[in-house]
Amino acid sequence: MATITLDTVRKVYAGNVEAVKGVSIDIADGEFIVLVGPSGCGKSTLLRMVAGLEDITTGEVKIGDRLVNNVDPADRDIAMVFQNYALYPHMSVYNNLAYGLKNRGMAKDEIDRRVKEAAGILEIGNFLDRRPRQLSGGQRQRVAMGRAIVREPAAFLFDEPLSNLDAKLRVQMRVEIKRLQRSLGTTSVYVTHDQLEAMTLADRLVVLNGGVIEQIGSPISVYDKPASTFVASFIGSPAMNLLPVTVRDGGLALTNGSGLSGKNANGADSYTVGVRPEHFEVVETASADAAVTADVTVNVLEPVGAESFLYASFGEGGPEIVVRVSSHAQYQPGQKLVLQAMPEDVHFFDADTGKRID
Amino acid sequence: MRQSAVHLSGALMKKVQFQSRTVPFLLLLPQLAIVTIFFLWPAAEAVQSSFYLEDPFGFGATFVGMDNFTDTLTSSDYGRVARFTGVFTFFVTFLSLGIALLLAVKADKVLRGASSYKTLLMWVYAVAPPVAGLIGVLLFDQHVGPITEFFALLGWDMQIGVSFFDTSFAMTVTAVWKQVPVNFIFFLSGLQGISKSVQEAASIDCRSGFRRFWTVTFPLLAPTGFFLLIINITYAFFDTFGIIDVVLKGEPGNNPVTLVYKVYLDGFRGNDLGGSSAQSVILMLLVFILTVIQFRLIERRVHYT
Repeated sequence: MATITLDTVRKVYAGNVEAVKGVSIDIADGEFIVLVGPSGCGKSTLLRMVAGLEDITTGEVKIGDRLVNNVDPADRDIAMVFQNYALYPHMSVYNNLAYGLKNRGMAKDEIDRRVKEAAGILEIGNFLDRRPRQLSGGQRQRVAMGRAIVREPAAFLFDEPLSNLDAKLRVQMRVEIKRLQRSLGTTSVYVTHDQLEAMTLADRLVVLNGGVIEQIGSPISVYDKPASTFVASFIGSPAMNLLPVTVRDGGLALTNGSGLSGKNANGADSYTVGVRPEHFEVVETASADAAVTADVTVNVLEPVGAESFLYASFGEGGPEIVVRVSSHAQYQPGQKLVLQAMPEDVHFFDADTGKRID
Repeated sequence: MRQSAVHLSGALMKKVQFQSRTVPFLLLLPQLAIVTIFFLWPAAEAVQSSFYLEDPFGFGATFVGMDNFTDTLTSSDYGRVARFTGVFTFFVTFLSLGIALLLAVKADKVLRGASSYKTLLMWVYAVAPPVAGLIGVLLFDQHVGPITEFFALLGWDMQIGVSFFDTSFAMTVTAVWKQVPVNFIFFLSGLQGISKSVQEAASIDCRSGFRRFWTVTFPLLAPTGFFLLIINITYAFFDTFGIIDVVLKGEPGNNPVTLVYKVYLDGFRGNDLGGSSAQSVILMLLVFILTVIQFRLIERRVHYT
């Protein structure tokens, strides 16, 4: 077990493509860090640099107190779980697990003990003689996990390990990974593009975009106080409503459209205002305390069971917003509604840079 | 065996269903015609004439039963040629596979100028066997051959066409040189077919690149290797005819020849058509047995992933 330190790590590929642009993260011992972002944001490259599968152009990666920039992947004391599992197709499950240990010259009975123990934890004891191709996707995933566990490494690295599983299995394995990481207490770095997976697994989230860190923080703090419009739209589903506004007559108004009014909380002329779907409240008449009120027309009501999503827009051609409402609420398309959001639930972002304004 | 059989039949299951019964036969017809005209018919002719003693000038044939076979198999000359063919086949197969694998593994790691490097290595593939033999003969020439001169510097006075060993050596080197590019292409594509993440997983699990090659890369290349083994044995057996002919310059004497070359010698030089046919029938049986053994025994150890 160890800390992992990334200090202004950069990755430049041939042809001057800069995939990672100076990223620094301090990962505490035993912490579960999730790198999340859209494809091409550099999250996998970053993970592969920690693993040693990718050269580090500049910057430093330390595992524990050891600088590992030029250390062979096999000597970094890490274990990696790959997206397509990367099991050895010609080896039995047992040998898949034992392979890394054998290469370290570990004693046979110790290897056997560790493999059996890992197989017990992951409930793959019955498949130890089988070949990977005789296993289902979920079972392969467990074997891949087992191969990481038996090493008892300083850190686990996960590269989108659940993206090849079906939705139900993905939720199940997500819970298992979290439980396993808690009980082993091993430092973990997990890469995903799925914001829900990121939120549920992470001790701290690292939101990446275009090779730079947009925000680092606990899932809830990132959700409550997104540092930029990118984070606001990426974390949370449905995404936060982001509306461009201009200051008119001392109050807020939509830049292109009408129906929104609000209090100007800051000094600038224009902003992006963000309100999460659950923070809009349907009211008869707006309260005097409300920071933003909106007169909208219902487009469609989308029930998902526990709740419903109400899509409504500001007049003809105006921006559309999503509102989370009770699953029993009844709204008809074309119906006029008044919505309000309280000051603590309204986020302001710089109109040009997209950075949060507090 | 059962595992792989199930697996293979699984792959074969994805077949097209034809509505008409005649369409599949029509589609097979060109292939069947070629097989019949160029293989089945001559093979049948060979089997027939192997039981006859033919007049060298074509005036008639006498049925002699198994005499051609017993004569062939009991002659000491035939045993000598068979032994040489075995040794020659072993070295040609082993060396051309080994060298090609080494080159492919190294070429797979080349990053800059990879494609021109690979093209150059495949160049020889385009050379026809007799031309390859001719180039080989030039390289091994008694007076101007650079290879002969090189070995002369090391104190080995090569005498191609005179010394049995030196001649075999020149034949083997030329045959290997001609076959390496074919194997190289297959090994290279086999290597590139191995999942990159499996190789990365291995690089995390195993520090030694050498050990990684033998425990992960090599077993995963086994299907390619098995296929090439058959191709190479067949090559050394049959397709080296052109090379041998050019190296020997039509003067076999006491020089090394393979079984296939002996079929030609006895049939067209010795005018012993019956004996020659008996030898080709033996070769046919040999190839048949070889193929069955290879598929039965070796396939069992090969994983088709």
